[in-house]
Amino acid sequence: MIGEQLISLASIARRETTRIFRIWVQTLVPPVVTATLYFLIFGTFIGSQLGDVHGYDYMSFIAPGLIMMSIITNSYTNAVSSFFSSKFQRNIEELLVSPTPDWVIVLGYVSGAMVRGLSVGVLVTAVGLGFSRIVPHNLFFILAFAVLTSFVFALAGLINGIFAKKFDDISIIPTFVITPLTYLGGVFYSISLLPDFWRVLSRANPIIYMIDGFRYGFLGVADIGVWTGLSMLLLIGTLLFAANLYLLSRGTGVRS
Amino acid sequence: MSVPALEISDLRKTYRGGVEAISGISLQVREGEFFGLLGPNGAGKTTTIGVITSLVFKTSGTVRIFGIDIDRDFSAAKRLIGLVPQEMNFSIFEKVQDIVCQQAGYYGIPRRRAADRAEHYLCQLGLWEKRNVQARELSGGMKRRLMIARGLVHDPKLLILDEPTAGVDVELRRGMWEFLEDLNREGRTIILTTHYLEEAEQLCNRIGIIAGGRLISHTDKRELLKKLDRQTFILDLNGPVGEVEPFDANRFTIVDESTLEVTLSRDHSLNDLFAHLDRQGLIVASMRPKANRLEEIFVGMTQ
Repeated sequence: MIGEQLISLASIARRETTRIFRIWVQTLVPPVVTATLYFLIFGTFIGSQLGDVHGYDYMSFIAPGLIMMSIITNSYTNAVSSFFSSKFQRNIEELLVSPTPDWVIVLGYVSGAMVRGLSVGVLVTAVGLGFSRIVPHNLFFILAFAVLTSFVFALAGLINGIFAKKFDDISIIPTFVITPLTYLGGVFYSISLLPDFWRVLSRANPIIYMIDGFRYGFLGVADIGVWTGLSMLLLIGTLLFAANLYLLSRGTGVRS
Repeated sequence: MSVPALEISDLRKTYRGGVEAISGISLQVREGEFFGLLGPNGAGKTTTIGVITSLVFKTSGTVRIFGIDIDRDFSAAKRLIGLVPQEMNFSIFEKVQDIVCQQAGYYGIPRRRAADRAEHYLCQLGLWEKRNVQARELSGGMKRRLMIARGLVHDPKLLILDEPTAGVDVELRRGMWEFLEDLNREGRTIILTTHYLEEAEQLCNRIGIIAGGRLISHTDKRELLKKLDRQTFILDLNGPVGEVEPFDANRFTIVDESTLEVTLSRDHSLNDLFAHLDRQGLIVASMRPKANRLEEIFVGMTQ
């Protein structure tokens, strides 16, 4: 039984991955162009006017944040758009009529979203290396934060896709929630530079833990404990996974 | 006696908002049958199929697939069912062969075996040449055949086809009938919903008629056809029709100067009719039924 479920999982993952690379001009190129512009404008033009942060030049400081921003955005976007597209074209029914269990459906879509999020992360890292002198300080934390953050945002995107009824619904959360939280999540600044009130408030933003931990992996400096960040990611990931299973078991958005 | 391929007992479905789509349907489909599920639009056919295939949650009642209660082990039941839905429901951007192979994968069939089965059914359905084409480039008939190949790739014992020939041209439709008849002869149980009553009369050996969410008839096709107490024919005559003398309870309607519509009761044969017309000097050049026999019964039952 588990063997058949793994074949089913591999089928979904293969389909999702094929889709990402089939439309690479839509899925992989735009985030790399955007990140290049960030590196150019914030890192080179503005960054050259700013002093060091945590002992690193501004370009090196923001590079991990920009990589993580790409991972977050693309993991989320892929999950929500792919799942909504499956609902819109009704090919989600191919899975629903099959014996594929809900956990396999969730992991299948999430794995595709992670492939895109992490592929873009690798590409943006390659671009970043052309602008900054970042070198890995701790590979474990780099990989752990990248993979878990991608996992969490893929799950969040999937929930959005489950609830989405029209195309507008798949862009509301990324525009009005994810992007502001990412910008306020310490991509461009260290929260240690903020006044007390804003520093405490920033800790309520889960993205700050992800960017901070990922940055630690590259620079070896962090504003918050990295283990706290990893624990939080595991907790959020578990909760979102359970939420996805619950929604699919109730047929939300897919069964009537 | 073998276990029924499908057994539905007192099935009910009320959608959110209070619309009752199915109001207590009970029916059995025997193994090896070619079963026709007929009914007007909105009768509850697609909802019934949705419940059987897990796309719709039932409100109450039981459904068993080859004895497996879907409430107890839906996964096992799903392995036995192949669905060819009414609406296109594949990704139009994927290649034909990928769509079929992926579906096999969702049933746990390894890639190599899936590829072999996909080749088998795509060849049988005349789609092998199109295997590397994106589904959006297929014609309407090809898309329907693709969904049949996809519905068969995991080798289901029960194949459910919801309006499989809607919008398909006559030649292709007849080809699909032959294919489905072959599948049935090989022992596969088939449930068919269709608007083409000629199709149901040609293919099905048992027929259920649903109207208003209720099963109003569930019987052998021959038994059903026996209920037909009259049939209407269109006669093309060799000369102009003036007046036609009455002929018991049979009804004559003059359509135009050389065309006559006759509603003939079962008490009279066609020979009786021809003799009656012959006595009046009316020569029949050709004739055809106005509607097929099942259609006449269907209209009578559902109106």
